[in-house]
Amino acid sequence: MRHYQLAIIGAGPAGLAAAVKAYENGVKKILVIERDKILGGILNQCIHNGFGLHRFKQELTGPEYADRYIKMLNETSAEIQTDTMVLNITKERILSVISPLRGFENIKADAVILAMGCRERTRGAIRIPGSRPSGIFTAGTAQRYINIDGYMVGRRAVILGSGDIGLIMARRMTLEGAKVLACIEVMPYSSGLNRNIVQCLNDFDIPLYLSHTVIDIKGANRLEKVIAAKVDENRRPIKGTEMEFDCDTLLLSIGLIPENELTRACGIQIDFRTNGAYVYENMQTSCEGIFACGNVVHVHDLVDYVSEESEKAGEAAAKYILGDKTLNNKTIEIDAQGAVTYTVPQRMRCENIDKNLKVFFRVNKSIDKAKIIVSDYQKDIASFKKQYVVPGEMQNIILAKNQIENIRGDYITIRAEEIISE
Amino acid sequence: MYDVLIIGCGVVGAAVAREFSKYNISLAVLEAQNDVAMGQTKANSAIIHAGYDPETGTKMAKLNVFGNELTAKLCKKLNVSFKRIGSLVVAFDEYDQMHVNNLFSRGSANGIKDLEIWSREKCLKEEPALSNKVKCALYAPSAGIINPWEYALALAQTAVKNGADIYFDSFVTSIKKEQEYFKVSVLNGSSYYAKYIINAAGVHSDEIASMVSDNAVKIVPTKGEYYLLDKSQGTLVNHIIFQCPTEKGKGVLVAPTIHGNLIVGPNAEYTKNKNDTSTSASGLDYVAKMALKSVPDINFKDNIRNFSGVRANTLDEDFIIGESNTVKGFFNLAGIKSPGLTAAAAIAKEIVQICSQSGVVLERKDNFINERKVVSLKSLTADEKNKLISSDPKFGRVICRCETVTEGEIIAALSGVLPAHTVDGVKRRTNAGMGRCQGGFCSSRIVEIISSQLGIDPCEVLQDAQGSVILTKRTKSGDTV
Ligand SMILES: Cc1cc2nc3c(=O)[nH]c(=O)nc-3n(C[C@H](O)[C@H](O)[C@H](O)COP(=O)(O)OP(=O)(O)OC[C@H]3O[C@@H](n4cnc5c(N)ncnc54)[C@H](O)[C@@H]3O)c2cc1C
Repeated sequence: MRHYQLAIIGAGPAGLAAAVKAYENGVKKILVIERDKILGGILNQCIHNGFGLHRFKQELTGPEYADRYIKMLNETSAEIQTDTMVLNITKERILSVISPLRGFENIKADAVILAMGCRERTRGAIRIPGSRPSGIFTAGTAQRYINIDGYMVGRRAVILGSGDIGLIMARRMTLEGAKVLACIEVMPYSSGLNRNIVQCLNDFDIPLYLSHTVIDIKGANRLEKVIAAKVDENRRPIKGTEMEFDCDTLLLSIGLIPENELTRACGIQIDFRTNGAYVYENMQTSCEGIFACGNVVHVHDLVDYVSEESEKAGEAAAKYILGDKTLNNKTIEIDAQGAVTYTVPQRMRCENIDKNLKVFFRVNKSIDKAKIIVSDYQKDIASFKKQYVVPGEMQNIILAKNQIENIRGDYITIRAEEIISE
Repeated sequence: MYDVLIIGCGVVGAAVAREFSKYNISLAVLEAQNDVAMGQTKANSAIIHAGYDPETGTKMAKLNVFGNELTAKLCKKLNVSFKRIGSLVVAFDEYDQMHVNNLFSRGSANGIKDLEIWSREKCLKEEPALSNKVKCALYAPSAGIINPWEYALALAQTAVKNGADIYFDSFVTSIKKEQEYFKVSVLNGSSYYAKYIINAAGVHSDEIASMVSDNAVKIVPTKGEYYLLDKSQGTLVNHIIFQCPTEKGKGVLVAPTIHGNLIVGPNAEYTKNKNDTSTSASGLDYVAKMALKSVPDINFKDNIRNFSGVRANTLDEDFIIGESNTVKGFFNLAGIKSPGLTAAAAIAKEIVQICSQSGVVLERKDNFINERKVVSLKSLTADEKNKLISSDPKFGRVICRCETVTEGEIIAALSGVLPAHTVDGVKRRTNAGMGRCQGGFCSSRIVEIISSQLGIDPCEVLQDAQGSVILTKRTKSGDTV
């Protein structure tokens, strides 16, 4: 059985950054496993720009962003195995993998980093009724057809969901000569970044219908018609508000789901709010020696944060591999309350935090002038002002070590409040 | 000129073709669609019923019970996925209890030997996810779950291996009796001649019958809608869970599928359009509500697909099997609704016998091929996997990650007897694209593989039926809307 200090599953932005960081922290025998034939993950099909503003202070395209990390990885001694799929992992960190070149084999690793990314929600998940013709694609699948394979998926399109990929694809389809008739969003707000609404819809006069959804699909073989309607507060269609769109294409941008089948099968604890593993302050999962980072933990909207989070995982895995096993200190749970829907990490061990801890979270409603309050029982231990928070954008706060050193209980809470000015 | 011409290649047409292919006759099947089993056989509950439902003494009762036994044998021979997991008909009140007792007696009268009535305790012990309102249940160990599509394919492939011709994209438009034989015309312009015709056209069997002025068949198309849930829900129940019929409807079933998913459905709604397999919000709501009555913990958030099928129901409960009263040499297998899948193999034996009594000369072949190999990497041991991959590295490249289907398996499905040529054709033969991402990741790779294997442009690769194009043109190729 081949043996490595560290095995990383997935070579998208998360896996790449984690590998580079682990190497920098002294781990030399690393194996990066990727099922695609090339490195870079989903970034390869994201040929638009907007990547790297935080990280490189530059607007890069997806492939350019990936390329920076691929170059860094190539400088390390990490082994890269593409065209290889991990079929199973165990708590003992034995990976079963399969590839055309090496066949089926088991690999042992001292530590594992999960960086498998996510997949798109499909029509079934939101149970759109109607017929089942061709011409209905998840936005990411359409993006792959257009940007990687070089084929158009249709001529007249409706986009369901205002997630970022859907918005980007509205613009992409338009630039490739298709007519995008509408972008339809069931929530009263968009789940995409504001800059994408402006640059991908408004600039091309594509109408955005908020509080609407698709209620019927027509067409025997290829899609012919999509029927949409306004929805009430309970997201139920309102009779009499139906709109018909003659179109041959429907793109679904209705959310992403962290891809954790391997994680689940390994018995690692999953947070039902994120669909990702519960992680500690250092991105370790509930299973010792197995770490996770990137979209497999929770869905990010900026790749820059994926890299940051993954470097943390790479560093922590290195520490673990090189013998620093003093990680089992007192655990404090981070409890998301009110408008805060989840946090990552979900738990922390203060002794393992050097200077501070960045906590990512999302909210389920827009708040102008918000205050994020962290409490230990009744006592507020930190508070942060935000100009605004919106569901479409991942938020974060940075807790200083001295703020969390003397927590009395075994959990702290995080909530968001509106600042009411006199 | 064929001796026997079968119209329709659903499970019934395929089973009949296989049965006839045991004999030295010339044989063909005409199928309107571009693949086998695109009608009822593609969209049903996939249950091999035990046989306690049909009224004792009917053809249906006899063919169901016999069909159950034959199906099990055939699946073993032809390598078709089938598991006898047993079924429960669950009672929630006294009325239901009466029904369960009646089914027990009827089933025993139909010749099912191993039926049991389970107490409430036994039900909850064996099936902990059942609603605790359960009173008792009828247990039928011989009921099973099958891959209906694979079953029909295997039957059709066996027929072809034994000399039958199958013509796809051949929608029959007219049948003329000319002296000693029939002339059958097809929408694409071709004509076929045959001495005997078997009508196995499913929901369209009434139209085919009326082409020879036989108006004895009247189909009442009845739609049934379903949920197919993720494998995470697939182990919720261990048996096929049926409900008792109420005045509001027949009740829906909850069962694991042969692929490890959970299937929930169907309702029963009359539909005017026989080809309308759309789903509706109201139908799906009803199905979900009914299912939760027997299994309250189904998580419908894990739904991965909805679909519906149209039953070839008739006013008369029983199957219509036999020679037409109006035209000699024309045989109906009409109104083959549920449990038609279960009965198909028995129906095939029955009709071959009827035909022979009506003058079809049947002489057994001595070299009948009755086996079928399938390569599924998933089911191999580590050593076997490595042997296969070293002989063809493509078996080491996973294309469908949800169902672990390799490039080698996909290429195998695109060649051989009755090969796939569409994305859904590949899906039905290999399971690629069946899983939780519903082809999100693999469909573009599969289009690429089909295009290169069949030597066609990606824009010509179809999703499923004729006209279901996926890609419209190359990017940067000019023409816009
Ligand atoms: C919702 C539902 C649930 C069911 N559940 C079960 C179950 O759990 N267990 C069970 O045993 N049975 C079940 N059944 C019944 C079972 O599916 C059918 O009895 C069986 O599939 C019938 O097979 P068939 O070959 O007669 O019909 P089909 O599969 O419909 O095949 C008929 C074929 O004829 C072709 N055809 C039609 N017209 C023409 C023409 N003019 N020219 C050429 N070809 C033509 C069609 O394209 C089609 O391929 C269910 C049915 C439905 C709809």
